[in-house]
Amino acid sequence: MRFNGLKKAAMAGLGAAIGAGFALTAAAETPKMGGILDFVVAGQIPSYDGHLETTFAMIHPIRPFYSLLIRVNPDNPSSPTDFVCDVCEGAVPNPTDDGKTYVFKIRTDVTFHNGAPLSSKDVKASFDKIAFPPEGIASARRTFFKMVDSITAPDDTTVVFKLKYASGAFIPAVATPFNFIYSKDDLDKHGYHWHEKNINGSGAFMFVQHQPGAFTEGKRYPGYHLKGKPYLDGFKAIEAPKMAIRLQAIRGDRAAIEFRGFPPKARDDLVAALGDKITVQESDWNCGLYFTPNHTRKPFDDVRVRKALTLAVDRWGGSKYLSQIAIVKTVGGIAFPNHPLAATKEELQQLAGYSTDIKASRAEAMRLLKEAGAEGLEFTLLNRAVDQPYKVVGTWLIDQWRQVGLKVKQDAKPTGPFFDSLRKSKDFDVSMDFNCQSVVNPLVDVSKFLGSAGNNYGQYKDPLMEDLYDKMNREGDPKKVRQYMRQYEKQALDEQAHMGLTLWWYKINPHRSYVKGWKIAPSHYLNQSLDNVWLDK
Amino acid sequence: MYKYIVTRLLLAIPTLLGAALLVFILLRAVPGDICEIRLGGTGLYADPKQVELCRENIGLNDPLYVQFGDFVTGYLTLDLGQSMWTGQPIGYEIGLRFKLSLQVAIMATLVAVLIAIPLGTISAIKQNTWIDYLVRTFSIAGIAIPSFWLGIMIILGLLIGTQAWFGEAWMPPIEYVSPFEDPLGNLSQLIWPAVATGYRYSAVATRMTRSALLEVLREDYVRTARAKGLLEKIVINRHALKNAMLPVVTVITLEFAFLMGGLVVTEQVFNLNGLGRLFVDSVLNHDFTLTQQLVMLVVFIFVMTNLVTDIFYAWLDPRIRYS
Repeated sequence: MRFNGLKKAAMAGLGAAIGAGFALTAAAETPKMGGILDFVVAGQIPSYDGHLETTFAMIHPIRPFYSLLIRVNPDNPSSPTDFVCDVCEGAVPNPTDDGKTYVFKIRTDVTFHNGAPLSSKDVKASFDKIAFPPEGIASARRTFFKMVDSITAPDDTTVVFKLKYASGAFIPAVATPFNFIYSKDDLDKHGYHWHEKNINGSGAFMFVQHQPGAFTEGKRYPGYHLKGKPYLDGFKAIEAPKMAIRLQAIRGDRAAIEFRGFPPKARDDLVAALGDKITVQESDWNCGLYFTPNHTRKPFDDVRVRKALTLAVDRWGGSKYLSQIAIVKTVGGIAFPNHPLAATKEELQQLAGYSTDIKASRAEAMRLLKEAGAEGLEFTLLNRAVDQPYKVVGTWLIDQWRQVGLKVKQDAKPTGPFFDSLRKSKDFDVSMDFNCQSVVNPLVDVSKFLGSAGNNYGQYKDPLMEDLYDKMNREGDPKKVRQYMRQYEKQALDEQAHMGLTLWWYKINPHRSYVKGWKIAPSHYLNQSLDNVWLDK
Repeated sequence: MYKYIVTRLLLAIPTLLGAALLVFILLRAVPGDICEIRLGGTGLYADPKQVELCRENIGLNDPLYVQFGDFVTGYLTLDLGQSMWTGQPIGYEIGLRFKLSLQVAIMATLVAVLIAIPLGTISAIKQNTWIDYLVRTFSIAGIAIPSFWLGIMIILGLLIGTQAWFGEAWMPPIEYVSPFEDPLGNLSQLIWPAVATGYRYSAVATRMTRSALLEVLREDYVRTARAKGLLEKIVINRHALKNAMLPVVTVITLEFAFLMGGLVVTEQVFNLNGLGRLFVDSVLNHDFTLTQQLVMLVVFIFVMTNLVTDIFYAWLDPRIRYS
């Protein structure tokens, strides 16, 4: 009884906190200048070079030092299609030349922190480094720009991207938060590795110091091109790998916020302890959590077995209960939920494993297993030895499969050996698998389901999917793109059941209520320039 | 004595070489690749060309004998190389953390010694009385309670207690400040991990002090001292305790060496940017160069600590001579 009472009180507090958050956001408040934002980061910075790195542990402390060409609208970051100019002028340009040419006009008032003006040459040099890196220079997102034919800077204020074919994936790729604009002079003078250990950006904050493993400090850049911003005097990003410490740091006010996200229990604890001193922001998260059968292993080469695996999973029930203990929630198809290209609930329910009648689905699963001679099949689920959400969802999956007579063991490995099993030795039966992206860009993100994709570990070939993907990416009409997406999804999750999608991740950011101006985005990589953030202390 | 020290230092060379070979082989036997983690750790497509380029740039494609040669040569010439993960000089990475780990190790040792020697002595003198039972319970609890759990309890206790009493929750600072810049801030951060680890460490030393002292108290020379009519205080302090300290010193010095690199979990609990956390990060990231040099540092600390312990033995017990 006491537990129930406490739980109710916590939930009431949570409701109040979320409500307060929305209400405060809705009310137009005048930002206050000054203050230092202390926040905690769960990881370690590998290098400062955004073009090279892939981790949020670099984005959170380093992104505020840099500008981008365009970015997700910081006032509306939850929209997957709302982009605004950063160092370009006016609105994000529409393409010309049948969707194959984009002309960006560059602002004339942007300067780097060393005082040098930023021009189109710097933008071109930066995107050349990302899209066409010279021999021997690594670029983590080179493949995002495979539709780009050339980048030119005809004058100081114009950059032209010519594409090989029209693609809806181009603009989201440009807005990726890792695409820092570097000074061409720095690249020419110091070389392409200089930015790994040095920072000269044009972002809202100037680099002060970084103590590896400890913290990164930034201070306001007075020459920032968005006048009147940033509001903060500076920030300090404190590295804290352990979740309990990050949580207690917010509780003890050693930090005001953590931008990646906490599990529901942590949110409830903070709200119960601090009440209205905590504001909670929540959002769907552009991370899908899958299970991937190894098609080269029997009996997973049999589509009936793969289909039985997905039919056995009660996604709607899982969403209800798992969302109380893990960072997953939304039932969805292959495209980010609520994106124009995502399946509606009705469309989802046509796919194997998405019916609300779980008894019928499981009966069908058992029939398929029997037909395939795989009744009572025993196998091992490879998993990543990280609690949230991998081990939690992995354990739940095993229970789902048990209900159709499958006997599954879980083998949770640390990140290194886990990837080694997936990518090199490929010695697994079925593996937990995931795809975390920054800007919501379904046309690129769903490439994960292609047998030929580098981050697909199912080891299958499906020419139909390759063909559909190609058509989808070269189609200009949004309606037709959507139709292709449905066919592609049906083939991946139902007809061939190459992979199974469990649930989409769910992002929960409880933070001190005095942090204002920061709005949650569908990815922990997005909206981290901090130029909108202010402190109401 | 000098000859003994030189011999021991020379003997350290094969020990260090053996450790180097072992850590080199073991690291490469573990599946996983730093470049795969770096470029595809978030499930992104890790372009095989980029992975290969990354491996080339950090020297992972060199033949193993070349990698081992570079490692050993670097160690001998004190050029520890660069971290594969951050690209920073390893000397810099270790140097940043060393002062914190050293300070926590010293503070924890002080806490342990201040608890262990008085309690162990009292327990031995008051053998089989309620005081002895109380001390033994206290020390057994210290061994049984993991220091990380105690650390978590300390933090939660501070948060809940301060919120209840002062209205605002307080927790120790989560970033290191030098004792020379802000002694109070430094102490308010490091006293808690020192207590959490020092308590466990004191438990072992308390039991060791008690049993060693009990053994010494039964020696003939102690009986003689008492028969001469010496005060009990002098018998204990001058004749018994000093001789009982040999095994205690061994335990304390070995634990000190362990604390320098082994405070892995406690450092995580208190968010201390020390050598233990660096160790964990380097292993998780498959940062071979950094892990190798950290292991060598810990081996070196152990070798030197053992040497110091042996020298200390001679001071404590004049019968021991190394010449």
